[in-house]
Amino acid sequence: MPEVTLVDAINLALARALTDHPDVVVFGEDVGVNGGVFRATAGLQQRFGAERVFDAPLSEALIGGLCVGMAAQGLKPVGEIQFMGFLYPCIDQLVNHASRLRNRTQGRLSCPMVLRTPHGAGIRAPEHHSEATEAMLAHIPGLRVVVPSAPERAYGLLLAAIRDPDPVVFLEPTRIYRAVKGDVEDTGEGLPLDIAFVIREGHDVTLISWGAMVKDTLEAADEVAAEGIDAEVIDLATLKPYDEQTILDSIAKTGRCVIVHEAARTGGFGAEIAALIAERGLLSLLAPVMRVTGYDTVIPLPRLERQYMPSVARIVAAVRKTCKFS
Amino acid sequence: MEENQKELPVIARFEVRRRAYLAPDGTILRDLPDFATDQNLVVAMYRGMALARAFDLKAVSLQRTGRLGTYATSLGQEAVAVGIASAMRPEDVLLPSYRDNAALLWRGVTMDDILLFWGGDERGSRWSGPVDDFPFCIPVGSQAPHAAGVAYAFKYRKQARAAVCILGDGATSKGDVWEAMNFAGVCRLPVLFLVNNNQWAISVPLRLQTASQTLAQKAIAAGFPGEQVDGNDVIAVRAAADEAIASARAGEGPRLIEAVTYRLGDHTTADDASRYRSTEEVQQRWKEEPIARLRNYLVSRMNWSKADEEKITTECEQKVTAAIEHYLATSPRLPETMFDHLYARLPSAYAGQRREIEDLNA
Repeated sequence: MPEVTLVDAINLALARALTDHPDVVVFGEDVGVNGGVFRATAGLQQRFGAERVFDAPLSEALIGGLCVGMAAQGLKPVGEIQFMGFLYPCIDQLVNHASRLRNRTQGRLSCPMVLRTPHGAGIRAPEHHSEATEAMLAHIPGLRVVVPSAPERAYGLLLAAIRDPDPVVFLEPTRIYRAVKGDVEDTGEGLPLDIAFVIREGHDVTLISWGAMVKDTLEAADEVAAEGIDAEVIDLATLKPYDEQTILDSIAKTGRCVIVHEAARTGGFGAEIAALIAERGLLSLLAPVMRVTGYDTVIPLPRLERQYMPSVARIVAAVRKTCKFS
Repeated sequence: MEENQKELPVIARFEVRRRAYLAPDGTILRDLPDFATDQNLVVAMYRGMALARAFDLKAVSLQRTGRLGTYATSLGQEAVAVGIASAMRPEDVLLPSYRDNAALLWRGVTMDDILLFWGGDERGSRWSGPVDDFPFCIPVGSQAPHAAGVAYAFKYRKQARAAVCILGDGATSKGDVWEAMNFAGVCRLPVLFLVNNNQWAISVPLRLQTASQTLAQKAIAAGFPGEQVDGNDVIAVRAAADEAIASARAGEGPRLIEAVTYRLGDHTTADDASRYRSTEEVQQRWKEEPIARLRNYLVSRMNWSKADEEKITTECEQKVTAAIEHYLATSPRLPETMFDHLYARLPSAYAGQRREIEDLNA
């Protein structure tokens, strides 16, 4: 099987979707000739033409709204917002229209769109290029929010997102666009949405993460394994609607939980998971649920971003603490 | 202008034209378009405006007696909506705002659907108009990008259809409206932006929205034609819309029409316009209202009688009364149905919430 990077897997999935379905159109700032600033759409305009893969003007609200209009007409638009920090002008479109068009028309119109955007810090980028505000999106009824963490899942989840009959925001982990490789066969097979992936089985503690932090979480799991702690790692993958059962089953087995995300702590998606466990998994718990997160600060400029983000060392420390609790 | 600037070459000049056929008293200002002599059509347009007005009056009284929620009338602006809707084909797509009921009714949306929505029941949203039309948009102007997306789909599929987006004057101050117009210009999309300039965005007058001489000229910056029409002259609105929609269908790109009218009523039933504008101003504007204007034209040019007018008035009132009866007899909506159209299939994560509300109301 060919080993590809995560950004290549995105490109493969887009090419596959464009090949399979004439209604798929791909657009955003610099996605055409330039192939996207991260090259996620490299070569697609050349292969599929400028009507199907095109450069949008520098207008984020438009990109979101175009998706809604196209989707209502039965196209399958895949819009790109260049960085998550520039997503906010089209939050209006996501909250007020994309997520509720089906309900607003009681099923007469629907909104099968995908909005892709790079997510997270760690690439020494300028201000506004390191956002991880997924919890905001996961709060919107009617939306799906997906965050892949590895090339093989990025490919299958993006295909599933494009085929899904409802709007999906697809957050791509910028830091591991090229830092992780995986075997991806271009089979055209999608992965199920709304399912969390147990990517490392263990019995002592459950580590839950998504996006780029999954890589650090796995490293932390390897590190504590040397100390005899057998950690289970869950890649949540879809944040909305999320897979409660896989989390609860794992907690029932381990009794301990550490949630890892790079977004700020207060109101972060980790709080939702902790609340779920408090409501429905409390009697399984042997220790308090812990969170390892970004701080409640503005994400700092690159010189301090490593200190802001959860490090392997911070995750390991939390795992040790929760495993020692009795 | 500085003396040395006068020596610089002029590289672009623009003109904005204004279209009007009927003066407020119904007299004819210039050669009429052909359709204006088609009595059946003109009477149908009159009926469309009269029906919207009769509907508005009853809807307000329903609201005042606690049987309808907040409601936005289109009093005085009926010609804009009827002019545009009558120029559209069924396969065109309308992206209206919340003050365009006359256009919705013309397109086949029923009055009880509209009442049901403003009465607080989502079932009114599953309306009986053309299946591709958008619901009226409440966040002002945010449907303009949808119109561009719909028009992109038409162009992509090589369909001779037009997207018609109705916006208010306040909407032209919004960035997303500009973004949509700009993109429509770049891609020469088959879309018409109709700006219903009723002079007021709730309490804010046009002079506080823009320093532009017209709203029509906003199209020029986006690279396509804009014209102003007398929005109380249904013949002018229809004629301009005919040309714009034909241009869209022929692949000649977008147009903007600024229809200048006046909001004779409050913003909604929750508003009191006497707080910010004088009764003298409103009384003055009543002299220009569109229904009396078209009636004057029908009387003077088509030998219309009082009996013809009364027949339509009675017919409209009967239709409205029947719709209200139907609306008031609507069965209650089951609470758990609030989950029914959230997703194509309700995710299992929310099945428990649906069961909870079902059990609570069992």
